[in-house]
Amino acid sequence: MSDRIIFDNVSKFYGEVLGVNRITLNIPPGVTTLVGPNGSGKTTLMNLMTGLVQPSSGTISVLGLKPGDADRFFREVGYCTQFDSFPRGLTGFEFLMDSLILHGMHPAEAFRLAQEALQRVKLTEAAHRKIAGYSKGMRQKIRLAQAIAHHPRVLVLDEPLNGLDPMARAESLALFEELGRQGMHLVISSHILDEVDRISDRVALITGGYLVAEGNIHQVRREVRDKPMQVLIRCDKPEVLAAKMFEVNHCVEARMHADGQGVFLRTGDVDQFYKLVNEIAVEGLIRIEAVAPADDDAYSIYQYLIGSEGGPAR
Amino acid sequence: MTGQATTFLRTLMQQPWGLWWLQARRLVRIEVRRNLLTRRAWWIYFLAFVPTMLILIYLLKARHPQYQMAEDTMVLAGIVQFYYVRLGIFFGCLGIFSRLIRGEMIERSLHFYLLSPLRREVLLLAKFAAGTISALALFGTAMVANFALMYAGFGAAGQDYVFNGAGMGQLEAYLAIVILACLGYGSVFLLLSMMFRNPTPAALLVFAWEAINPVMPSLLQKISVASYLRHLMPVRVQGEDIFALLTVTTEPVPGWVAALGLLVLIAAVLTYSCYRMRTLEIRYTTE
Repeated sequence: MSDRIIFDNVSKFYGEVLGVNRITLNIPPGVTTLVGPNGSGKTTLMNLMTGLVQPSSGTISVLGLKPGDADRFFREVGYCTQFDSFPRGLTGFEFLMDSLILHGMHPAEAFRLAQEALQRVKLTEAAHRKIAGYSKGMRQKIRLAQAIAHHPRVLVLDEPLNGLDPMARAESLALFEELGRQGMHLVISSHILDEVDRISDRVALITGGYLVAEGNIHQVRREVRDKPMQVLIRCDKPEVLAAKMFEVNHCVEARMHADGQGVFLRTGDVDQFYKLVNEIAVEGLIRIEAVAPADDDAYSIYQYLIGSEGGPAR
Repeated sequence: MTGQATTFLRTLMQQPWGLWWLQARRLVRIEVRRNLLTRRAWWIYFLAFVPTMLILIYLLKARHPQYQMAEDTMVLAGIVQFYYVRLGIFFGCLGIFSRLIRGEMIERSLHFYLLSPLRREVLLLAKFAAGTISALALFGTAMVANFALMYAGFGAAGQDYVFNGAGMGQLEAYLAIVILACLGYGSVFLLLSMMFRNPTPAALLVFAWEAINPVMPSLLQKISVASYLRHLMPVRVQGEDIFALLTVTTEPVPGWVAALGLLVLIAAVLTYSCYRMRTLEIRYTTE
């Protein structure tokens, strides 16, 4: 069985409206973030992946399986959608039990997995309350619990942090990170890039239904050659450092850090830049505490490639 | 040919029938609970039991001399033919079956089933079974109650008619009509609900079609639920005046042919519904 999620030249049109166009993707295990403005085609891509909509052309396979083969496909895939609605009249626990029994599980096994999922999303106490009385964050959690309860190998999460308070967000991110480490596929779309960025192995940038870039975040950033890399250097004499760095012609911009203990520098030749920083550090005139890329993240890549129209939150 | 048949049979045997049965049972349980134990279903209870209430009032208020039994038998046949088949079960099934898929699309909860390891055909057929059980629970119970109340007033003579006369055979025929009507209208409304966002206008067209069907050519008369059921009526009632519009007068056909014909029609409608289900897309924003 393949371990990839493969989109092969996939297009989707809703009548004359473009959903996504000629998307080709090959996603390995790990955490992959779909990044793009509202209406860019992220949800369409997820719905195509799980068979909720059919492609107009092209083919999709997830671990070698097609969504049409539901019996096998949905044992391996869990999808936490953005649709904030549930079958009427159910408690959170009943919702999970119904879902797990539809997997063909014995009620005792379904009970065990339902309890486990509720614990993972920290919703055990509210499990026997009607979903209709849940807060938005609790509804988000119960959807997540339903998506992970059967231990899928692929987890598709459409805006999974929406409606969650900061504590729940952190817990969810820790859970996603853990699942990614366990070798699962996680495909996440989120507007809160700053948080998702920390756990993402790869990004796929989509705008207007087109795939703009995809791959490892650092690789994608390096490929955006027309935007000089920004590096933050924490040191005791940032002005002196900035002056020294500007003596070389590939340094194009300097901006002081708000606390005065560092400087953001932009460079068109990052290898030469780091070499020079090393030389300055060895000289010992300036005490350099830390050097780190400042725009080597999904948010910056998003800004460079897509711009700020309907942009994501940080 | 034999080889192909063997391969087909082997493939058929290899299907996860046990799993499908388990899934279907769970779905039926969920749906029946949702269909029957909800305040929204009050009007379907009303449609099923309004004749029962009238017959009960008649039982309590009127005298029942034995000579009137034949007339009451005709009245009961009229209730089945004019009310249940043409109105009660028709609109009751519209309410139950059109909600099975479309209702979940409106409430935006259908995707939970489509994201389960559940064949869409199993989902559709389980929902259809659940709708049928719900409709039969209401209209079947109402039919038995109507029958019992109609003859209860006649005392020993009524008992004799039911158990030693034609009564029990008529009850069986009425129940067969209720079952076939629920299956027939149910399959049609399930399909219409998948084809149209609001299936009510299309259902009204079906209603009109059923009304004008008797004047159609023989071939077109076969595309009608009521025309098949007419042949199963144990007591023939000829409609007069306004009721003539509601009466289907087709060429006489043996009961088993009519039942088989209707079952073939139901199978054809369900097969097409399965195809529609297979290609169904979730786009709640268009609901």
